Amino acid sequence: MTFIEIKELLINKFGLEIIQGEENSGLQPALIIDQERIAEVCLELRDNENTYFDFLSSISGVDYGIDENKFGAVYHLSSIPYKTQLTLKVFTANNRDENTLPSFPSVSHVWRTADWHEREAYDLVGIFFENHPDLRRILLPDDWEGFPLRKDYKTAEYYKGIKID
Amino acid sequence: MNEALANYRIRMASLQPEEMIINMGPQHPSTHGVLRLELITDGEIVKEVIPHVGYLHRCFDKHAENLTYQQTIPFTDRLDYLGSMNNSHAFVMGVERMLGIDKEIPKRIEYIRVLVCELNRIASHLIAIGTYGIDIGAFTPFLWCFRDREHIMNMLEWASGSRMLYNYIWIGGLFYDLPVGFEERCKEFVDYFKPKLKELNELLTNNQIFISRTANIGVLPMDVAISYGCSGPMLRGSGLKWDLRRVDEYSVYPEIEFDIPVGKGEMGKLGDCWDRYKVRVDEIVESIRIIEQCLERLQKELKRTPDFDPRAKLPKKIIPKAQDFYIRAENPKGELGFYFIADGKTEIPKRVKARAPSFNNLSVLPEISKGVLIADLIAILGSIDIVLGELDR
Repeated sequence: MTFIEIKELLINKFGLEIIQGEENSGLQPALIIDQERIAEVCLELRDNENTYFDFLSSISGVDYGIDENKFGAVYHLSSIPYKTQLTLKVFTANNRDENTLPSFPSVSHVWRTADWHEREAYDLVGIFFENHPDLRRILLPDDWEGFPLRKDYKTAEYYKGIKID
Repeated sequence: MNEALANYRIRMASLQPEEMIINMGPQHPSTHGVLRLELITDGEIVKEVIPHVGYLHRCFDKHAENLTYQQTIPFTDRLDYLGSMNNSHAFVMGVERMLGIDKEIPKRIEYIRVLVCELNRIASHLIAIGTYGIDIGAFTPFLWCFRDREHIMNMLEWASGSRMLYNYIWIGGLFYDLPVGFEERCKEFVDYFKPKLKELNELLTNNQIFISRTANIGVLPMDVAISYGCSGPMLRGSGLKWDLRRVDEYSVYPEIEFDIPVGKGEMGKLGDCWDRYKVRVDEIVESIRIIEQCLERLQKELKRTPDFDPRAKLPKKIIPKAQDFYIRAENPKGELGFYFIADGKTEIPKRVKARAPSFNNLSVLPEISKGVLIADLIAILGSIDIVLGELDR
């Protein structure tokens, strides 16, 4: 299925507002999905026999810069039978308050590999995934403070009372 | 405190009377680096495995978004440090496609890239096989594999100046052309290596003790492998013909003949440890075929000429147009992906994410090692062939 056909398929299934936009500037077009319903869309794209995106390559958490205060997650899907690829994006605004993390529904029930990818996005960018079975930090220690891949991250001076230099 | 962390601590604090926690690693030879596995055991049976990764986290993503594309290449070498050429090849391909110069790269450069990548793939698989032997208790194959790998290391050192971390493949070209006489010496190595592989098969692959330890152990069904994002020999060991060199047809792979080995369940069930091991052995044979074809082309129609400059196409300023791009390539361990966000103004990317194959391959370990013996867990972990450098990034 081509990119346009996938877009039509999603609109027919979920309605017009499911697609909030698309990016066509680069070599790989991307669909921007309503962030509340990303899990449903992923499940449909995985199970529909015309798309069959059964392989999730990666989920990347992105901080789009201090001025924009926008966070996103980028899903790279791949279909093994059709040998096609698809990029999905979700965005949300957030004021960088530590107590209210930007949040998206988890897709770890769609692809099990999303479990670790979402943990990584939580760990490094500070994106919360709702209904994730085990959202602990993965690469950094459990007691780490802050999210290093955020653009406003300041390198800690002390770790457990030990000066870092 | 995070809710999941609290749940994890409650789980660890509320063991049943028959349960016991065993820490395997982080400093344990069978974990192939600094990986810690927390096992909940009942006697000798593993009830649950909880991997703790990140001991080797070196902030690849953070470095990459503070350095230019060219400066990031040495960091990609340090991801999967056993397959450095393959890492930088994937990264460089991604940047070249974003710049739109991937079609202009001279054929000789592409063939040299494939040649060194396949040499590196053999070296990586030799380590996988050798250390797997040592995990199971066979010491000799380890020494034999390292002896043969050293020839490859010497050759790549000759070409790039460094033994493991090459920084050889550059955006738009190469660091240097191959040294004079490299092709001939490579041919000598291939002739030397072929009989050695037969010896290795006699020693390990068809060894009854080895088969007993690996066949029917750690069976990974294909659907589970796909759902967990396993790739490379892990996925092919489960019987799926999925090789990105054929799927994406990047570089000059479409011009080269080679087969994709898959697991067949010859010694036990499809997708067991022995199948994954065998896929790696067969891939070495295929890599030798690729190397021979590359050498033939490089010695005949793409022969070195005095005026050939591998740096001629190097772009002066590497500023891709504003776009997102995901590149994937077949590494010795599986699908290595790089996700770039370029802002179109500077030489520094806004975000780079590395999708490491070992990271995804390891994530399946808790699933396939429920209810196995502790000794079998070592066999399963060895068959996954992880490199902590790219797992933790």
